Amino acid sequence: MFPFSFEWAWDAAHIVFMGGLWYALSIVGLGMTYCIIKATMDTISGKGGNHH
Amino acid sequence: MDSALIPKGVKRCPLPVFAAGIAVVGAVVLWGVAGMLLCWLKGLNQTNMNDSYGFALWIWADLAVIAVGGGAFFTGFLRYIINKEELKNIVNFAVLVGVNCYVGALLILGIDVGQPLRGWFIFWHANVHSMLTEVAFCLSCYLGVLIIEYIPLVLENRQIDKVPFFHNLGHNMHEIMAVFAATGVFLSCFHQGSLGGVAGVLFGRPFSYREHLLVWPWTFFLFTWSAAAFGPCFTILCTKITEVITGKKLVKDNVIELLAKISGWMIFFYIIAKTTDTWYWAAHTAPAMGFELNDFYNNVLYGKWILYAEIIVGGFIPALILITKAGRRNPLLLWTAVLLATFGVCLNRWVMVCQTMAAPVLPFDKWVLYSPSWQEVSTTILPVALGIIVVSLSYRYLPVFPQEQELNPID
Repeated sequence: MFPFSFEWAWDAAHIVFMGGLWYALSIVGLGMTYCIIKATMDTISGKGGNHH
Repeated sequence: MDSALIPKGVKRCPLPVFAAGIAVVGAVVLWGVAGMLLCWLKGLNQTNMNDSYGFALWIWADLAVIAVGGGAFFTGFLRYIINKEELKNIVNFAVLVGVNCYVGALLILGIDVGQPLRGWFIFWHANVHSMLTEVAFCLSCYLGVLIIEYIPLVLENRQIDKVPFFHNLGHNMHEIMAVFAATGVFLSCFHQGSLGGVAGVLFGRPFSYREHLLVWPWTFFLFTWSAAAFGPCFTILCTKITEVITGKKLVKDNVIELLAKISGWMIFFYIIAKTTDTWYWAAHTAPAMGFELNDFYNNVLYGKWILYAEIIVGGFIPALILITKAGRRNPLLLWTAVLLATFGVCLNRWVMVCQTMAAPVLPFDKWVLYSPSWQEVSTTILPVALGIIVVSLSYRYLPVFPQEQELNPID
């Protein structure tokens, strides 16, 4: 549920519940995005190719 | 045949033997799938749940696997946040066990809700006054975190690791694993607690109702605490079972001892808190609602034995074994302790789910007992069988135990 959903209300319960969900999803999403972008850049720069 | 996929420096059984083992467990999976399809196609009339038992075997199984799966978040917390270096040798396996537990929990919930296609409603049309909404949020997010913690292990497979991008991705994920682990601890604390909170707020069910701290009943804190305390015991138990099946030592004793010691002290303080909570409930909370302790334990199945079994047999005894060095170092006692601890936390969840439903509430009420249908049993065993297959595949093809090579040198 987002603030633009018809059933949204600007009260503490919605802000705490949905805020907590978005907070957790944001951290996980940003963390994975960082890892994927850095892995792509590392690969382009030739890292990890001869580690065996 | 599959030797190119097996980690270097370790030995595995021949593929046909492995395949035969998987086929046996696969037959159990098929039995579970049959029960699952019946429940989805024909509806929840395939179960023995009724007006008295809206929560039954499935919800107990959910709460139990989530509790024992707590070993993943607590071991991750100890490894990545507290920085207990030794635990790097068991954290992979703890995560693997955790993934299986949470996949199992969500699979069972997917059957229990009756309409899994509307599962997304809980996110989009969330009831923000329900503890179960918080459970649903945290449970699904935490499964995502667990899968993220498991991915680097998959990327360490010999063939996958040869691909530079995957090698770099695994390396980068390792580097920020503390962030994911901390998120996992945050999510776990809340969903474990809210599962306990659901029972504690039932003011119409004096057996499970508890006093509150702000909006949180004491069961909220006890459930979180017990998952962190007993979860590592289940991780140790699974490690020991894997060692017996493979005939190898996979984790050094000092690692097991450290985890057992921490778990032992956590259980020790938890069980004191649980005993205090039970005493306060029996002496004050329940009498204030017109009940005496005996009212909740005057049934053959639900006699006082169940209370003693949970607190003494499944609590104090394993705690006392694990907090003593001699107890932890004696293999037989260690086995006993982790088995009793796992039994204790599962019994606690049974009591909080099923005894809560069974106990009479009104003066003219009688005990309502329940036995599950085969569909409920098969679908409850299904995630266990799936878990065995996933653990077997992971053990065979991934470096789950970093100390295996050192402990089992190949001539």
